[in-house]
Amino acid sequence: MMRAAGFVAAMWVALLFVSAWPSPAAAEPRGEGCVTCHLETGDDRLEKPAKEFGKEDIHAAKGFGCTACHGGDARAAGMEAMDPAKGYIGKPERAQLTQVCGRCHSDARFMKQYNPSLRVDQVAEYVTSVHGRRLREQADPKVATCVSCHPAHAIKPPSDPRSSVHPLRVADTCGRCHGDAKYMEPYKIPTDQLQKYKQSVHWKTMSVKGDLSAPTCNDCHGNHGAAPPGVSWVGNVCGQCHTVNQEFFAKSVHAKAFTQMGVPGCAACHNNHEIRETSDAMLGTGQATVCAGCHAASDKGGKAATDMRGLIDGLRGESDKARAILLQAERAGMEVSQAQFDLNGAKDALVKARAAVHTFTVQGVKKEVEVGLTISEKAYARGVRALDELQFRRKGLAISLVIILALIAALVLTIRQLDRRGGAPQGKTQETRHG
Amino acid sequence: MAAPDSRRGRLRTWLDERVDLAALEKLAKKKEIPVHRHTVWYYFGGMTLFLLMVQVATGILLLLYYRPSAEEAYESVQFLMTEVQFGWLVRSIHSWAANLMMFTLFVHLFSVLLLKAYRPPREVTWFSGMALLALALGFGFTGYLLPWNVLSYFATQVGTEIPGVIPLVGPFLRRLLRGGDEVTGATLTRFYGIHVAILPALTVLLLGLHLFLVQKHGMSIPPGVERRGGGRRTMPFLPHFLLRDLVGWLSALAILAALAAYLPWELGQKADPFASAPAGIKPEWYFMFMFQTLKYLPSYILGIEGEIVGVVGFGLGGLFLLLIPFLDRQTARGQPSRLFTWIGIVIIIYMIVLTYLGYAVSPTK
Repeated sequence: MMRAAGFVAAMWVALLFVSAWPSPAAAEPRGEGCVTCHLETGDDRLEKPAKEFGKEDIHAAKGFGCTACHGGDARAAGMEAMDPAKGYIGKPERAQLTQVCGRCHSDARFMKQYNPSLRVDQVAEYVTSVHGRRLREQADPKVATCVSCHPAHAIKPPSDPRSSVHPLRVADTCGRCHGDAKYMEPYKIPTDQLQKYKQSVHWKTMSVKGDLSAPTCNDCHGNHGAAPPGVSWVGNVCGQCHTVNQEFFAKSVHAKAFTQMGVPGCAACHNNHEIRETSDAMLGTGQATVCAGCHAASDKGGKAATDMRGLIDGLRGESDKARAILLQAERAGMEVSQAQFDLNGAKDALVKARAAVHTFTVQGVKKEVEVGLTISEKAYARGVRALDELQFRRKGLAISLVIILALIAALVLTIRQLDRRGGAPQGKTQETRHG
Repeated sequence: MAAPDSRRGRLRTWLDERVDLAALEKLAKKKEIPVHRHTVWYYFGGMTLFLLMVQVATGILLLLYYRPSAEEAYESVQFLMTEVQFGWLVRSIHSWAANLMMFTLFVHLFSVLLLKAYRPPREVTWFSGMALLALALGFGFTGYLLPWNVLSYFATQVGTEIPGVIPLVGPFLRRLLRGGDEVTGATLTRFYGIHVAILPALTVLLLGLHLFLVQKHGMSIPPGVERRGGGRRTMPFLPHFLLRDLVGWLSALAILAALAAYLPWELGQKADPFASAPAGIKPEWYFMFMFQTLKYLPSYILGIEGEIVGVVGFGLGGLFLLLIPFLDRQTARGQPSRLFTWIGIVIIIYMIVLTYLGYAVSPTK
């Protein structure tokens, strides 16, 4: 604690120190002088920032120039622009970066002028992250700092699809280091997270369905304060979105048992990075089930799992049966849209019953299943009624057609008789002119 | 047996003294129908009238359940289709009979056009017929919106947009039709009023005139038949022609019943004014040729907006058709008029081809 407090204090001192630089607002006009020389150096390393910054970076777009970060005097034409006496710091050291960026980004009053909704706690969070702690404690030169995720001179807001921190690109950005086995070798941690994440339902939801609210790395690990969730708080992380499941789980017998066993809550059954789409097949004591990992079919938990699976399968079957008969009636032209709409209640009940599995009690699941079964039965009965009605209509049609055809036949006979008798007294050859 | 006969005789005498049955009987017996190779076309007027009667009867039954507001229209039709005994039958027959009636109406119109039955002294019969056609199209257009489903909502939005392009009066017409700037519940209520009150009242007047004139002038013998000396054979309207008419009406009834039982008219999804328009919105088939024509027109024709040219063009086309009795002088003089026969044929081919394209070609073309 003392060390952490000391570090934060040191950071504040550093912030005070760097505040001796010209204020960001005073950094304008933009550093055209820097760009002119940098483009003429012939050194790609020096030219690249000058080329990128003007057209790509949000800071340039907001009117900031080179001196806003690097210090110095933008108005000076020659090398005197890079006078340390004028605050020039050159390329900031890794350890300096949080101070350089934080000078503005931790200043709420300053940031309000540009983006009032942007958080200003990035540096404070960073110091609590694994990255920040290693930088501080071990001066680790490989850990991520600001520019590792936000490429210097080409920083874009997260909402920009080209940004390295756009939701669709976050996983790749983190994976650039965390997926590199060689780079990560000294840390002795797995490097298959990216590969696993890309198999997950979360990535599928984001990349295929286009739902950018689906979780990526930072939603579970934090971004500036990135750290692996501890065993005891995995549930809290998942529970940010899966609230109901988390509530059920927290009150369940498993919550306590898993903690005692040191098993990481949700991840015990659903994995962590490779979170596949759940299915009813996970429940029960068969080979593909997750319950079978700990429970035998004959123990109490195994029996409960089998019963819960039976209840859910039953509801799914009844709901599918009702849906099928309503579809059959609909295809035959019957109006069953209200019954189809009502049957959505059974689908909701099935979703709730699946969530109630996290209570790990048969009673909890049964309560939801019974609601769904009642709805399914009613919908099925309406489907049967619609098909009966259809038969009635067709029989009615057949009878009425017979009657109509009989009438037509009678009429045709009458007409023939009339024609045979030579028609009415006026005769067919009356000399009448019309028109 | 004598007692009932004498009772019938007394009733007849009683009625005769009051409503002059003998005169009516005389009138009915006097009515003659010419018999020639085109006699078959005479049935289509009667068939249209029969289908109109079906419309009136089923329409009145629908009125008992239908509620003309954006909040309740769809639900009331849904209730009628699912909960009301034979509600499905009444609605399906109303919808199918409307379409069959439009079909027989067009057949009647074009048979009259090609057989030159508009020639003097039947000009006013033709005008009243054309006005009845306009009323029928109005019935179709306003009735389509009433179930307040997605397709009808967006088709009405497109349909009411079209008169909006008419120079000068367009925007006013559009607002008048919609009861505002957009298609809303106000439009639905307005269309309902037009569909069940204004159009029926006008139809009664015009149909009365049309039928009176048909009785007055009798059936027209096509000039071609007349020139060849045909059409002198006749058959009495009562009972010969009426019985044949009945065969046609019963056949139409059988077709309607089969359509209602096997292809009940769909209700679709409830209209959602905030949803985006679904792909492939189509008007009713009898508007399709105009809709498709407007799609083919370029954005600008001689500096005028293509849509305006199209709408004004259809207006002029309708006016031309209306004034045909005055334009076709040769027929009026009793001479053959091949030009107007060809004009009629071209109009029919044009309508069929464009209607076919409307259904066959991709909705985006």
